[in-house]
Amino acid sequence: MGEISTIHYLVVAAALFAIGTIGVLTRRNVVIILMSIELILNAVNLNLVAFSRMHGQLPGQVFSIFIITDAAAEAAVGLGILIAFFRNKETINADEVDLLKW
Amino acid sequence: MMHTVLFIIFAVVCVAAAINLLAQRHPINSALSLIVVMGSLALLYLLLGAEFVAAVQIIIYAGAIMVLFVFTIMLLNAGEEELSKSSRVAIVFGVPAVAVIVAALAYILSRGAGTAALGDFIGGPKEIGRLLFRDFLLPFEVTSVLILIAIMGAVVLARREER
Amino acid sequence: MPTWAQFVLLSAAKSVVVIIILLTAVAYAVWLERKVVGRMQNRWGPTRVGPFGLLQPLADGIKFILKEDIIPTNVYKPLYIAAPMISVALALMSIAVVPFGEQLRFGSFSTPAQITDVNVALLVLLGVTSVAVYGVALAGWSSNSKYSLLGSLRASAQMVSYEASLGLSLIGVLLLSGSLSLREIVNGQSGTYFGFLPRWNFFPQFIAFFVYLTAAFAETNRIPFDLPEAETELVAGYHTEYSSMKFAMFFMAEYTNMFTVACVGTLLFFGGWHGPALTFLPMVVQSFVPLFWFAFKIFLFLFLYIWIRGTLPRFRYDQLMAFGWKVLLPIALANIVLTSLYIGLTTP
Repeated sequence: MGEISTIHYLVVAAALFAIGTIGVLTRRNVVIILMSIELILNAVNLNLVAFSRMHGQLPGQVFSIFIITDAAAEAAVGLGILIAFFRNKETINADEVDLLKW
Repeated sequence: MMHTVLFIIFAVVCVAAAINLLAQRHPINSALSLIVVMGSLALLYLLLGAEFVAAVQIIIYAGAIMVLFVFTIMLLNAGEEELSKSSRVAIVFGVPAVAVIVAALAYILSRGAGTAALGDFIGGPKEIGRLLFRDFLLPFEVTSVLILIAIMGAVVLARREER
Repeated sequence: MPTWAQFVLLSAAKSVVVIIILLTAVAYAVWLERKVVGRMQNRWGPTRVGPFGLLQPLADGIKFILKEDIIPTNVYKPLYIAAPMISVALALMSIAVVPFGEQLRFGSFSTPAQITDVNVALLVLLGVTSVAVYGVALAGWSSNSKYSLLGSLRASAQMVSYEASLGLSLIGVLLLSGSLSLREIVNGQSGTYFGFLPRWNFFPQFIAFFVYLTAAFAETNRIPFDLPEAETELVAGYHTEYSSMKFAMFFMAEYTNMFTVACVGTLLFFGGWHGPALTFLPMVVQSFVPLFWFAFKIFLFLFLYIWIRGTLPRFRYDQLMAFGWKVLLPIALANIVLTSLYIGLTTP
């Protein structure tokens, strides 16, 4: 395994992305699902920073900062919804969110 | 040499912690492994020369967003999660499928990108700031409005109804 | 020897030296606090062990190590054990980026008096501070006790809230100095205003300094913001269930954080190691004068801490939160606006 190049970072990012996807699809706990989404966003960030380094241009890093900011907003609102939901139904399982299903 | 060793250490820690996130049944353990992922990603950013993004990653992700998660878990006192039948099926079929996809992805990447060398530059706070407040001023302001809306939304959602 | 091995060895040696000095200083800070608070309350403080009770820290250390380590039955063990370690590790980590003086010279060999000089040192410090919440939060949650949980919820809410003011209070200084490297910030403060006033950031940024001081007191959970461990209501808050060495780790973390706060305050607002040159001293001693000034300023900070502890009562919790968000944060923002207006108007 010679020098570390962009590709290695991309593979790590791909692995993180895949793990995040598994989490979103298989877990029932909403907190874990939200965390898996954070994982996916992080994978994207790693890609952006790695590409930014490859091309020697900074906008990639600026974009990753925007993504971090959006992740903060997403977490705040998501957890707000979660707390409101927990007050009504006393559970945080995603498959019990079925009031609009029938 | 140094780069290779450090990259391998932190990449392995990062992926292992991510897998641990899914393997753990208790949400607080998952949250802690996610914090480890964030930390090792910050170190990977440092290896890539992105000092500012690494610092922001720690301060905002590990220090703010994950605190929010840990707080919520403590507040709701969420217990261990039980597997339902459908989630077992999803694990049995999903995990191998995703593993295959990642392997394919890695293969394609290694063929397509070849060994695209890492460039040589540093993303210090000065350069990032210049870019953020000149070229990307409008997106920056829009993001700040988005954050404001999110704060208000979170307050409204989590507030207890007045009786 | 390859350069990277040299680098690793040098860093390790420096870390060991700094940590030993820091922990000794921490032990004696505890002694100082007991002594000074004792005098303020018209008592003696520790007197029995050694002259002036000077060996008291040693005796306390032996007691902490030899005491039985009790783990309550219903705690969540992995986190219960990890929490004090997280606290103390993060507290020690932040000292790594703090510079103590100029170059240190031993014959022909010279090295900066700092474990590592990072470009974004201040951001590293803020990052470590923001992560330090976990030690407290997890300790309270894993103890499975009402007092601990209440204490840790209070502590984390308080630390998260005051972190905003803490960060914003530093921005004024950053605007003046135009760098995130602590070394450069200190070097920007050498010289004098009008020939007699030291060129410290404290003078143009005194509002920021008071915001910083208040927020830092809240961050370190000290009186008047020590609600997380308010002993009259919560027994001991988040470390109620801890004993012997684990308790000592929380204790060490708290005092190490006090030192870090004092270091950062000194570096950002009081010119770090700059001070009057004591030219009458022999040359060998001369090179230690910057270190002396730095230590002296930190001592003054610690004394201020203890003085305030001996003077002020504790806030009520809602008052604390209202003060943080409705008073401190607006003041910090106003200071940023004023500073940037000043800089914008004076630079051509």
